[in-house]
Amino acid sequence: MLLILTEEQKMLKQAATEFLQTNSPLESFRELRDNNYKSFDPKVWEGFVEMGWTALTIPESYGGLDFGYTGLGQILEETGKTLTKSPLISSILLSASAIRLSDNEMLKAKWLPELMNGKTLMSLALDEQSFFDLNLIESTAVLSEDNFIINGVKKMVIDACNSNYLIVVARLNDSISLFLVDSNSEGVNIKTDILMDAGSYSSIDFNNVNVPAKNQLNIKIEGEKILKSTLDIGAIGLSCEMLGSVQAAFDQTIEYIKEREQFGTKIGSYQGLQHRAADLFCEIELCKSIVIKALQCIDNEDENLSHYAHLAKAKLGEVLKQTSNEAIQMHGGIGVTDDVNIGFYLKRARVIQRLLGDTNYHLNCIAKQKGY
Amino acid sequence: METTTKVDLGDFRLETRAWLEENCPESMRQPVKSTSDMYWGGRNAKFSSKDQRTWFEKMLKKKWIVPYWEKKYGGGGLTAEENNILIQEMSRLGCRKPLFSFGIAMLGPALLKFATEEQKLRYLPEIVEGKIWWCQGYSEPNAGSDLAGLQMKAKDKGDHYLINGSKVWTTYADNADWIFCLVRTNPDVAKHYGISFMLVDMSTIGVSVRPIKLISGKSPFCETFFDNVEVPKSNLIGTLNDGWTIAKYLLTHERQMIGGVGETDIKKEISEIAKDKLSMFSGQLDDSLLRAQIAKFEMDEKIFELTIQRIVDEDKSGKQSAALSSFFKYYGTELNIKREELLMQIGGNDALLWVANDHNDADAARRFCRSKGNTIEGGTSEIQLNIIAKRVLNLPS
Repeated sequence: MLLILTEEQKMLKQAATEFLQTNSPLESFRELRDNNYKSFDPKVWEGFVEMGWTALTIPESYGGLDFGYTGLGQILEETGKTLTKSPLISSILLSASAIRLSDNEMLKAKWLPELMNGKTLMSLALDEQSFFDLNLIESTAVLSEDNFIINGVKKMVIDACNSNYLIVVARLNDSISLFLVDSNSEGVNIKTDILMDAGSYSSIDFNNVNVPAKNQLNIKIEGEKILKSTLDIGAIGLSCEMLGSVQAAFDQTIEYIKEREQFGTKIGSYQGLQHRAADLFCEIELCKSIVIKALQCIDNEDENLSHYAHLAKAKLGEVLKQTSNEAIQMHGGIGVTDDVNIGFYLKRARVIQRLLGDTNYHLNCIAKQKGY
Repeated sequence: METTTKVDLGDFRLETRAWLEENCPESMRQPVKSTSDMYWGGRNAKFSSKDQRTWFEKMLKKKWIVPYWEKKYGGGGLTAEENNILIQEMSRLGCRKPLFSFGIAMLGPALLKFATEEQKLRYLPEIVEGKIWWCQGYSEPNAGSDLAGLQMKAKDKGDHYLINGSKVWTTYADNADWIFCLVRTNPDVAKHYGISFMLVDMSTIGVSVRPIKLISGKSPFCETFFDNVEVPKSNLIGTLNDGWTIAKYLLTHERQMIGGVGETDIKKEISEIAKDKLSMFSGQLDDSLLRAQIAKFEMDEKIFELTIQRIVDEDKSGKQSAALSSFFKYYGTELNIKREELLMQIGGNDALLWVANDHNDADAARRFCRSKGNTIEGGTSEIQLNIIAKRVLNLPS
């Protein structure tokens, strides 16, 4: 398969660029932040739904477009440039993928159309410690008559403050299961913090929460299998957003050093900056390649999906860190002020590179996969 | 235009595979270990084994020395798809190249694009048949990174040019029969506009060669001196004073070659070597820092491969990728020196061997030393970064 976008995918990307530049330019990110850290603009989200972007990865049999993750990836990449906040990651990339991968037909038939319509929002409740690690899941589910009783503490749940439902990962008889839990259930206590990217992330207590038995995502297939595929897809989706941020921060920095003058000359003429910029250019070329390859692996159900997901998140984490740091340094004094937007990328970078595992985590996974 | 009968590609693959299996001697399917394993041809050609000779002669007869050149120039007339299949099948069996030649990879493309038909018919078939060993004369003692500052003069003497000056880094000039050179034909204009591309017979009176010993202890390079060397006017390729166009075109090819684009030999994974050599504890390398370095290296190596693939695919779909040969050259060679550095680390004290009893073991240190040249030859890493900064990013000068 060629490592390039199809014509339809290119058109979708173009539409996303135009929509976001018009309705949600980088300056909107500042407005939301200064408006008491609002987590997204409902009008923009409605636009996403109208454009069909929430339906791209939903199968036709559930009323979706079945356009594929390579399409969703283009939207995410563009939102990485404008830093547009929306429930696309929590509801569509993560939650809808988990439900789509589940074998609970009742849940799929009911919730995939709801998620697609943008009316119902969901979040994946996974992390329990300060680090992403699947081995650290201690929340439990116990079957009691027609209900599961869930206990545990979840952290870093993206957008949980807005979500109607939570997909909770817990241990049932020592193996991983996933449950769809109403956020308003008794015993669910959500506390929301703002992180450095101005986004909303919640800690959630589950205290003897009753969940109907029919809300278990995994019936015959293993919960761990659904979870791992969801996380592979999630890591790749996040890598798309990171690619957008890398390119935008880089482009804005190049423009700046072409204009800024010191010692009577443009600072972009100095080799000290030119070589670092050219090196970043090369790293970004690598980023583009792994992202498109990984997206195609999702759509082709490639058996090496998890390997490419690890490669993508590891590489993008590394290059986004480098790019966001260089962007500030090359902007000089103005780069550390809140008057310009370049610092937004640094602060988003530090959060997104940790979500679903940072570079070290994924490199470690690659080494383990290859037996060293 | 030449017409080739359109054959079914599946059939072509099967026929190619069968032919290679029948005709490629077993010893020619082993990895190249030393220079004697490579056949370079030339006026003083020597085969180092009977198998090497058989393999070359069979491939020559099959017209597969340069399979993708037109038949009238001695090529096999294969389409790009057929040529790819042949490369894949040769790589599958591990077949060695039957002929190593700068004529094929470096001079050939320039002749095909810039030479007259008469010149093509004279020089290209000789390259295919391995009759002439070509070397390249670009750099000079005072024109390395600043290649366009070259000073070797070719004066117009009516019926011939008179060349005076010297070239360095002329690879295997001590074995070569002919050299393709950049020479200064007009000293009075801006440096890029007074350069011409010329072919010189190394047996001409006034040409002399001195090998340069490298830090690896080997001497693949030479310095070549030209003292009143007379060159026929018909040896000029392309337009007089427009040699820089040819040089840039060829450097693009050379950079992709050094950067490893289109390389067919599959290198053993660093982590596989590490697993064989180093101590492990519960499935992980004991040296956790080295383990992290290997993982990072393999990530970049894998993604660099994907990038070559992506850019080739974009090229096919008509998207012009500007100055990307500089990206390939820079990134590919930087990866290669990292690879050799890691191999030194993984090899431990064994990797330090210089003169060993068992010849096969004494390679790592020399390879490491040789790799240091990768980020210098064909334009240093710094020059590549300059090109990217100016031509791709359009940064001001």
